[in-house]
Amino acid sequence: MELIIKNGAVYDPVNGINGDKTDISVRSGKIVDKVSANATVIDAGGRLVMAGGVDAHSHIAGAKVNVGRIMRPEDTRSGIKPRTKITRPCTGYTVPNVYAMGYRYAQMGYTTVFEAAQAIMKARHTHEELEEIPIIDKGALTLFGSNWPTMDFVREKDMDKLAAYVAWGLLASRGFGVKCVNPGGGEMWGFGKNVSGLDDVVPNFDVTPREIIVSLMKANEMLGLPHSVHLHCNNLGKPGNYKTTLASMELANQVKASKDRQVLHVTHLTFNSWGGTNWGDFESKADEVANYLNNNDNVTGDMGQLVWGSATTMTADGPVQYANAKLLHAKWGNGDVELEDASGVVPIYYVKQISVHAIMWAIGLELALLTKDPYKMLLTTDHPNGGPFVNYPEVIALLMSNKKRQEEIKTLHEAVHARTKIPGIERELDFSEIAIMTRAGTAKVLGLLDTKGHLGAGADADISIYDIKPDQIDPSVEHAKIKSAFSSAAYVIKGGQVVVKDGQITATPPGRTYWVDASVPGQHTSEMMKDIVKKFKNYYSMQLANYMVQDEYVTHAQVVKAGAIPVEVS
Amino acid sequence: MTVITDALCPFCGCLCDDLTIVVDDNKITDVKQACKLGTAKIMGHHRIKEPMMRKDKNSEFTEVSYEEAINEAARILSNSKRPLLYGWASAVCEVHKKGILLAEELGAIIDNTATVCHAPSTLAVHEKGLPTATLGQIKNRADVIVFWGSNPVHAHPRHMGRYSVFSKGLFTEKGRKGRKVIVVDVRKTETANMADEFVQVQQGSDYLVVSALRAILSGHADVVPDTVGGVPKEQLIKIVEVLKTAKFVGIFFGMGLTQSESRYKNIDNAISLTFELNSFTKCAITPMRGHYNVTGFGQVCSWETGFATAVDFARNAPYYNPGETAANDVLLRKETDAAMIIAGDAGAHFPADSVRHLAKIPVVQIDPYWNPTTEVSNVVIPVAICGVEVEGTAYRMDGVSMRMRKMIEPTHPPDTQILERITQRVRELRGE
Repeated sequence: MELIIKNGAVYDPVNGINGDKTDISVRSGKIVDKVSANATVIDAGGRLVMAGGVDAHSHIAGAKVNVGRIMRPEDTRSGIKPRTKITRPCTGYTVPNVYAMGYRYAQMGYTTVFEAAQAIMKARHTHEELEEIPIIDKGALTLFGSNWPTMDFVREKDMDKLAAYVAWGLLASRGFGVKCVNPGGGEMWGFGKNVSGLDDVVPNFDVTPREIIVSLMKANEMLGLPHSVHLHCNNLGKPGNYKTTLASMELANQVKASKDRQVLHVTHLTFNSWGGTNWGDFESKADEVANYLNNNDNVTGDMGQLVWGSATTMTADGPVQYANAKLLHAKWGNGDVELEDASGVVPIYYVKQISVHAIMWAIGLELALLTKDPYKMLLTTDHPNGGPFVNYPEVIALLMSNKKRQEEIKTLHEAVHARTKIPGIERELDFSEIAIMTRAGTAKVLGLLDTKGHLGAGADADISIYDIKPDQIDPSVEHAKIKSAFSSAAYVIKGGQVVVKDGQITATPPGRTYWVDASVPGQHTSEMMKDIVKKFKNYYSMQLANYMVQDEYVTHAQVVKAGAIPVEVS
Repeated sequence: MTVITDALCPFCGCLCDDLTIVVDDNKITDVKQACKLGTAKIMGHHRIKEPMMRKDKNSEFTEVSYEEAINEAARILSNSKRPLLYGWASAVCEVHKKGILLAEELGAIIDNTATVCHAPSTLAVHEKGLPTATLGQIKNRADVIVFWGSNPVHAHPRHMGRYSVFSKGLFTEKGRKGRKVIVVDVRKTETANMADEFVQVQQGSDYLVVSALRAILSGHADVVPDTVGGVPKEQLIKIVEVLKTAKFVGIFFGMGLTQSESRYKNIDNAISLTFELNSFTKCAITPMRGHYNVTGFGQVCSWETGFATAVDFARNAPYYNPGETAANDVLLRKETDAAMIIAGDAGAHFPADSVRHLAKIPVVQIDPYWNPTTEVSNVVIPVAICGVEVEGTAYRMDGVSMRMRKMIEPTHPPDTQILERITQRVRELRGE
């Protein structure tokens, strides 16, 4: 089937198109240079056209998301929508059901979303949910930062085994990349403890978070994985943690990238750019973090923007979640996974008049506005930690309008003036920069820029048309229109098929699941497997034969090949 | 002869996955490693041979074709104003997905066996959360194990060996010798006989005993009376000391806690105790789930509808209000005018008044086995046994999912196929 989108104001930064009227041609699910005269025509009528949105960090599927649903019937009750002839019923706001996940992302013009954390042992669950999320392409990052094999191989300084374990773990979990959450902290939470910095020694394993992060980055580059190590820093949620964040970023200098992308992605920086020593003198250090990114090219980050109202925090960082639950007197979900990691789920309500929340709101925006290159700072809310993904349009509007920010600041706790720089930041992002933070940049950071995040020939035909005429709108003033247009796309095309028209779902094809098949020398795998077999014989509560995710759980797989490449390992 | 290794057991929530099954000429001839309960299920018994129907509940069943039975099932369900689809716990998740779709299409209530089991635990999770851990975490770390209102010796025979009391792991290399085991129950069960500390509570006093433990833990032993729920204060103080000074406490609770007086409030209180213990040590709490995949239904129903169970689709969107929308709520109110009972046995386990109502309304049963529900059914559709004859997903009591093996070729169609055909027929009858 052929399709042509005419008269669109196209923003495609990868291909240097900046609002020009350019036709986009589509054949068999791909963007092509030309189509025949028989192609179906969609007249964009001068409206904004971008590639389908790509989200590199969102909690959309798996054990902890479902714990969030089970813990929070009050959340499920918000956002209920009956079934239609085309769609299944929708529920939830911060923890939507699987159908709402797919539909709501698609309605915003997003077509690719990556789940940010799965333990290998619970990956089957993640994929069961991913399989049920309609329309969007997806994938999941796999946790490696506190796994016993990881720490054993790091301690033994056996990079071959570590790389073989990462490759095998990605296969076992059908994972897309290496996630590392509070490295070492997950293991320590097994006995109710935590690490407090990069150089704490993890008891019984005799490794430090610093060694884990560096080794995983090296293994990641040895394997030439599409994405870099994706790090949730130690000390998240603690005032003063920006120092740990900066020190973690510096570790990237020890490793050379195997591809044209960062060596380290540091995620949800709203929660990691904290100054002060306690909740009383809590302040933003977003400027320091942004400054580091401005001066270094091997690290990227994402915002993890806070949004007012209800959120559900969920993370593999188990100890921080117990601290949160105690602090907030909130209900507490905890989900330790043997030999692998921890996790926690805690509801929260972000309030404008709470100083810490007001400062956190500012931190996310500061990060985006003080980081000069939008390729280095992706737009996320760390859904649903900072707030649900349906609020991306609100975040876009805030980034595009200083007026909107100033109006908002007037309603916030006064701490936002003294302890953040946001009131004085005048920068307003343009459509091209937004396209980078939500498309081109995310695709580049994920290593998927060949087919995602742009509209050049060969890319997947994932296209969004928004009801805005860029040459007739001043986003700075008309920010409400910006928010409304990005909330409800005029058209969304996924793989060449129209899935949304005028904000309504028109078709619900299944999306694909990306996972990485990384090859390593067979001998490395067999050496590594000797250790794994022992772990199963002595420690795991399940059999190795039942551990790996079977093909039945990835019925629309998009396999990305990678493999061991010789790199200098110091 | 075929030997299947690392097979999963389709009996209880332990979901043991180390079984060896010997198959000869499509018959299971030996089951190794499984407990008696699991072996009995896998070896098979009392199958329903053919689909059956009867005009009224007093007449005898006559054997019919699958097509006839499916058409009649679809007719009953689509004519119903308030259908109930109940059971699900002894089927794999793939069946649950088809069931939820059928419930949506019918505007039915869908509920599972947790309603007479651990649904109160879910209510407590709504209030307090769910601080838990995988069973291997207990195996490798826990030096104190508490069984409260549960009797694994009888109900989960391999739990203590594989995951808890006797298991050995990285930090628990001494196994049983390195562990303290506390059993809290109203009677001295066989599990209690193996305990280091048996706490005998008066029936219905669990809530009081948990509260006393919490009071002592928070430094308020002075307000605790000399005995609480039949338990001497000295013993309570001793237990708190054991819990506080542990390296890792694993609490397991069963229906003695969920289905006794105070029901969900007991669990609410126990979760609070778990929460508070984490300020002193590490503690995780886990429900001892019964059917091998009752946990799986809660998982599937949650990701598909947002709610774990008792979901009412009468408004074309999920509505959940246990007390109003659970199976026994609608049966006791005589609201249900037709029911489909699948992979669960309401006839055996529901209150008498609920079963009386089932005896008055049209009932469709989908099950491999003849059981008390058969006696109140109008249409009976036999199916293959999930986990023996059909592969698919199940969730262990700790929420770890695994893939059940197919051990032998089925003699009957799988539940998924029957549900698809009923759904298709319902659509035809409604002219969709």
